[in-house]
Amino acid sequence: MSLYKVTIDNIEVEVEAGTTILNAARKIGGKVVPPAMCYYSKLEDSGGKCRSCLVKVSQTSATDSRPMPKLVASCRTMVQDGMQVQNTTSAEVLESRKAVTEFLLLNHPLDCPVCDQAGECHLQDLSYEHGLEETNTEEERRTFEPIDIGDYIKLNMNRCILCYRCIMVADQLTDKRHHGVLGRGDHCEIGTYIQKAVDNDFSGNMIDVCPVGALTDRTFRFKSRVWYTNPFDAHRECDKCSGKTVLWLKGEDILRVTGRKDKYGELEEFICNDCRFHHKDIKDWILEGPRKIERHSVISQNHYENKSTSGDNITQ
Amino acid sequence: MQEKQNISAFKSETIELVNKIINRYPEGRQKSALLPILHIAQAENNGWLSTGIMDYVALLLNLQPIEVYEVATFYSMFNLEPVGNCVIEVCQTGPCWLKGSDEILAHFEKRLGIKPGETTEDGKFTLKTVECLAACGNAPVIQVGTDYHENLTTEKVDELIEKWKAENKVSHSNPYL
Amino acid sequence: MARKILLHDIDVANLTDFNVYRNLGGYTAVEKMFKNFTPDQLTEEVKKSGLRGRGGAGFPTGLKWSFLDKKTDKPRYFVCNFDESEPGTFKDRHIGQLNPHQLIEGMILGSYALGVRTAYVYIRGELFYVLKIIEKAIEEAYQNGFLGENIKGSAYSLDLYCQPGAGAYICGEETALLESLEGKRGNPRIKPPFPAVVGLYGCPTVVNNVETIASLPWIINNGAEAYAAIGTEKSKGTKLISACGHINKPGVYEIELGLPVEEFIYSDEYCGGIRNGNKLKAVIAGGSSVPILPAELILKTAKGEPRLLSYESLEEGGFETGTMLGSGGFIVMDDTTCMVKSLLTYARFYHHESCGQCSPCREGTGWMENILRRIDTGKGSMKDIDLLVHIAKHVEGNTICPLGDAAAWPVASAIRHFREEFEEHIKLQQCRFTK
Repeated sequence: MSLYKVTIDNIEVEVEAGTTILNAARKIGGKVVPPAMCYYSKLEDSGGKCRSCLVKVSQTSATDSRPMPKLVASCRTMVQDGMQVQNTTSAEVLESRKAVTEFLLLNHPLDCPVCDQAGECHLQDLSYEHGLEETNTEEERRTFEPIDIGDYIKLNMNRCILCYRCIMVADQLTDKRHHGVLGRGDHCEIGTYIQKAVDNDFSGNMIDVCPVGALTDRTFRFKSRVWYTNPFDAHRECDKCSGKTVLWLKGEDILRVTGRKDKYGELEEFICNDCRFHHKDIKDWILEGPRKIERHSVISQNHYENKSTSGDNITQ
Repeated sequence: MQEKQNISAFKSETIELVNKIINRYPEGRQKSALLPILHIAQAENNGWLSTGIMDYVALLLNLQPIEVYEVATFYSMFNLEPVGNCVIEVCQTGPCWLKGSDEILAHFEKRLGIKPGETTEDGKFTLKTVECLAACGNAPVIQVGTDYHENLTTEKVDELIEKWKAENKVSHSNPYL
Repeated sequence: MARKILLHDIDVANLTDFNVYRNLGGYTAVEKMFKNFTPDQLTEEVKKSGLRGRGGAGFPTGLKWSFLDKKTDKPRYFVCNFDESEPGTFKDRHIGQLNPHQLIEGMILGSYALGVRTAYVYIRGELFYVLKIIEKAIEEAYQNGFLGENIKGSAYSLDLYCQPGAGAYICGEETALLESLEGKRGNPRIKPPFPAVVGLYGCPTVVNNVETIASLPWIINNGAEAYAAIGTEKSKGTKLISACGHINKPGVYEIELGLPVEEFIYSDEYCGGIRNGNKLKAVIAGGSSVPILPAELILKTAKGEPRLLSYESLEEGGFETGTMLGSGGFIVMDDTTCMVKSLLTYARFYHHESCGQCSPCREGTGWMENILRRIDTGKGSMKDIDLLVHIAKHVEGNTICPLGDAAAWPVASAIRHFREEFEEHIKLQQCRFTK
């Protein structure tokens, strides 16, 4: 495999041919990594839609010194040898990202105080880091009624940014897809048309891949703000998945079970609904230790660290 | 959203046409036939696509029903609610607007007593606005079923309405026939 | 009279009939093709002709063909883009309904050059009556041995089918068209890969516009040099211009590229001047997506030279003072036209037609329509104008497909050239033209 040298915000990195700019940036890490609201490395064909990861290619390759004419989606653009990329060092990129954030928020209800995703919401993070201080809009927002899709998942379409990740989970992880994107343009909605229950061993992963609070865990609804819970790595014997999860505890009560997410908010492994929804008794699990949450959300900052290190009330 | 209907079935000559269309695409690519077949299904289901008829199309093409709903809700020619016998589609994009489409639409509204998106109480007419029909040289333009009516004036609209009333116009018929 | 290539026989009675077309020399290009050209030679011939894509982008046709991946053993596809939906554009319908065999003959030539065994004509669903005319013509071509197995005794076989869309402007974007042809939602694909490598069913595919394809028979019959001799240095051949709006003679005209805009608007051979002797106010020269120009800039460039109907002359001055040839949808507005309301109809159009896949277009198009509706109904404020400019700026260039640009350019250009009218509308809180 040939290695390509790429420079992102003046930092050089060597990556294999076929790597995207975003993944090259993730290899460097830190501030040069563009935000990704729709791309998900474990879902085939994801990305390209939200446009929050747009970057400037100031030099196409070692043999072609021209810049690319438009900003490109870093999650879907492959690196070339000698490519030079600007992320935070380009004013144009920062301005466009601000605009993309504005577009994503245009129809968003901003109902964070009553949203279970608050504290681990990527749109919240994006707004803090790239949003405008004041809103430009006085338009009415489009609204949908929240619906239950099955016993475990709540769909609040008002919050959806149409990343398509949940559709890809259903396509790529389950044997039958019951939900999809209906309508066109800003009338698009995730739906089941005749409100079919999405019921499948792996459907719960749709909650974990959702970057916002559009798909939330009905069994966790309004139980607690996430930053008041104690995340613990835990595992159990499971014949459907690896059984490796994170338990979100309050005292000895398991309020929620999720997959384990990396620093970009992506699941390390998909878990089954059995582990996620049906094992809320701490005796079902072997606890491994506190989970370090590497999220940079302003709301949840420091909460986990304080709790995890003090090891509040955890008994086994 | 409508109650789920019983699965409806096509007539045998329609099935023949459907199979002919499916055969235009490579094996395993029968989903390609979805748009033409939805046109036929809509025509044979009183001009709209119920979940029942969409589920039937899914069965015919060996697709998940959601794949059909996704497509049916994307394209503006598919009606997802019941419509009147005669659906009148008034173009309102720039070139038609320049030539008075606002007056044409207002005249239809006045004559039929309905607004765009509505159906007359007797179920005879549905009024819709549509975007550019690519007949701008003969603006203003309307479409009714597969027919275009061009260079419209309010007088011509009156004539058309009288004609449609007299013949109990039904605008949805299998477009291939 | 200008030379006619595409519309030479358009007024002949029953031209849709195979025999009528054949007796006028129809399908001789296919016979000549088998005698004189290998597929690669045919591609070279089209390259030499200088023919550019007539759907709007103006990309050189022969060059596009040469990108087709011929190394794989996958089947290849040739697809005709008959999703004519760009407001102001109605030229392809003219060919399809009056001279379908010209299109079919072009499809055979293109398919042969590309080594294609199966080809499709994707036509917008609203034009079902044209689809039926084309399907009947296809049937005749089969009956007469120009389609099917071993065409005219050659080793070459081709199947050609028609596929209707169902109401979606976005399917004119070639990757959205391919999605739609696969029976899916018309969401444009993220490029690269381009269709020449990964197209229909993942196979190498070329998509060309109706007018482009219909130009091929003449080029093969008369030679690339003859075609290239028409027009200007950068704009070869003829172009269909569909003219509409406030002119005396709306219709589809074939021009030799390089015709002065002034002659096109005012001469009796073409548009015949502005209706009721009114004054020309503005023109959208290449379909609603291209920047609008006020009368003085459409008739003459900023340098004072006569503006010509050619790719390069219309682009002269960039977006500050120029526009684009686009699809050739020529929308003429006289001095009774309100620029706010006119722009609102296009903003509504792009909002209605946005596929919703990427956020700037999905959200920005609706936002722009809302603001324009506010201004139109007398409820706008001055800061709305700058907000429109801001939105247009950030939709443009930041989307998956060109629909974002197409939605942004009309807004940006209308405000650039008619800002005072927007300000007046806001100040008066009503429309000067309709009050």
